[in-house]
Amino acid sequence: MAQQSEVQVANPSAEENILAIEARGLVKVFGDNRAVDGVDLSIPSGCIYALLGPNGAGKTTIINMLTTLLRPDGGTAKVFGHDVVHETQVVRQLISLTGQSAAVDEKLSASENLTIFALLLGLSRSEARKRTADLLEEFGLADAAKRTLDKFSGGMRRKLDLASSLIVQAPLIFLDEPTTGLDPRTRIQMWESIRRLVSSGSTIVLTTQYLDEADQLADRIAVVDHGRVVAEGTPRELKAAVGKAMLHLQLADEKDTADAIRITQTVLNVKASLPEPTLVTAPMADPERVTDLLLALREAKIQLATVSMQEPTLDEVFLALTGDGKQAEKGAVTP
Amino acid sequence: MTAQIVPGAQRRLKNSVSLRMTISNSLTMAYRNLLMIRRTPQQLFDVTIQPILFTLMFVYLFGGAISGSVSGYLPIIIPGILAQTALTASMATGVQLREDMDKGVFYRFKSMPIARIAPLTGPLLADLVRYAIATSLCFVMGYLLGFRWESLGGAVLGGVLVVFCSWCISWIFALLGAVLKTAQTVQGISASILFPLGFLSGAFVPTSTLPSWLRDFVNVNPLTYIVSATRQLFNQGTIGNDFWLSIIVSTAVVLIFAPLTLRAYMRKA
Repeated sequence: MAQQSEVQVANPSAEENILAIEARGLVKVFGDNRAVDGVDLSIPSGCIYALLGPNGAGKTTIINMLTTLLRPDGGTAKVFGHDVVHETQVVRQLISLTGQSAAVDEKLSASENLTIFALLLGLSRSEARKRTADLLEEFGLADAAKRTLDKFSGGMRRKLDLASSLIVQAPLIFLDEPTTGLDPRTRIQMWESIRRLVSSGSTIVLTTQYLDEADQLADRIAVVDHGRVVAEGTPRELKAAVGKAMLHLQLADEKDTADAIRITQTVLNVKASLPEPTLVTAPMADPERVTDLLLALREAKIQLATVSMQEPTLDEVFLALTGDGKQAEKGAVTP
Repeated sequence: MTAQIVPGAQRRLKNSVSLRMTISNSLTMAYRNLLMIRRTPQQLFDVTIQPILFTLMFVYLFGGAISGSVSGYLPIIIPGILAQTALTASMATGVQLREDMDKGVFYRFKSMPIARIAPLTGPLLADLVRYAIATSLCFVMGYLLGFRWESLGGAVLGGVLVVFCSWCISWIFALLGAVLKTAQTVQGISASILFPLGFLSGAFVPTSTLPSWLRDFVNVNPLTYIVSATRQLFNQGTIGNDFWLSIIVSTAVVLIFAPLTLRAYMRKA
């Protein structure tokens, strides 16, 4: 492949610490709308990074600047140390982008689409044909290879779109709302594809409005709202930042309830509550103290049916961070 | 464990596209456009129906009036129809480019490490096929109606000249396609450039019949040179000043409009 033959492996240890993406103060203004308003991002290589936010939060605009499609009005961004404004052609060789709308030719067949993209990327005719066949097989589109895309379903189009982005696997792969509008089964397949890409060395940046998707897939999440990053961290950190975990004690016997509440309040030094006749719940600041509580309960001969810790959901996190219930109802709920 | 790709930070890449890559990308884009023509042959109506219809129409409509007879008019009209048809075909470049650029696939092209100009040069290269079809049909129609060229070499060179000049002029329409917002606007503005340019030239009538103010305009119309050069090649089989003028003007059009088009296209990118 011509594209990859130019790639030489340099001293591997020297540049290990280079971030996949480093953005400082990115700004994009459309008219008087500051679509992106001072975004900083540090995305390490080899992770799945989610930009989470409601419609119109500025996620796609951030992606478009990072993929050289839009010129930033302020700030800088680097992809593996290469500036997205001054080294556009280098950056384009390091990334691939799957946008929100399928970026494929409607009038052409699935295999013609893939072959053309492969030829553009510098594959020879025979390599392009082989890669096309492999990808169609991998994405379960082999039967539809000769059909033009106007006869494709939305899901098939998105699959072909992703396949087109993977002709040459880029070190940095952008997926703009990769699962919007997909049925649950195709969605799970898409997640598997994404995990496979990371395991073979790519870094993934995806945008999503779905909290469970970010929770399931992402190593780190940036919550974007009104063109700003309002919170950043691992899913666990984000949840921890918002609410404490709740301890749920399911009692075996209803007559122990009063004792159980008394002991819980004494040991944990918090107020316990009783949402159900045999369920005692209490907020947990320090998980270490669960051990003390369980020992105390055993000494009091109180039998437990189940013990569980419930983390706050990302939905709660999201609402707390963006402070906007309306948006959550519209888009930011689990499908 | 799946095979590992070369990490991004360890790749040594050039921030430019080689000439070889540019040519290869352009040819791939041209291939893409040819595939699209194969899928939607309606795109070829303007280069198939029009040459046949126009030749018949003009020859029998104006032949008697302008040259006294159909056979006497053929040497004047065939080169004219040829240039007119090729020019009309070049107008479609802008409209198609506009329609194409609105499609999602251009979004992908822009984020790919390919020559920036390839999405423009590709369709324009593919258009050469359209001009070739239009030109050949004009020849065939002319031959059937009784037109005979002086020498085959001259006729072929005339055909090549028309194709070359139309290709150059198509960059003007490509610019319109890159600048204007909708395909309809491109169509409208292109047509209002094309009609005066086509008819107010030496394509259909000998310029000596025109009032002097109109003759002045016709004489600076580049299409007039192209038509005269083609006529000379067809009817005398020789190369004259008009031939070189046509080449110079057409080349100048490319040199001015290709960079403008590229810039407009990149700005929208």
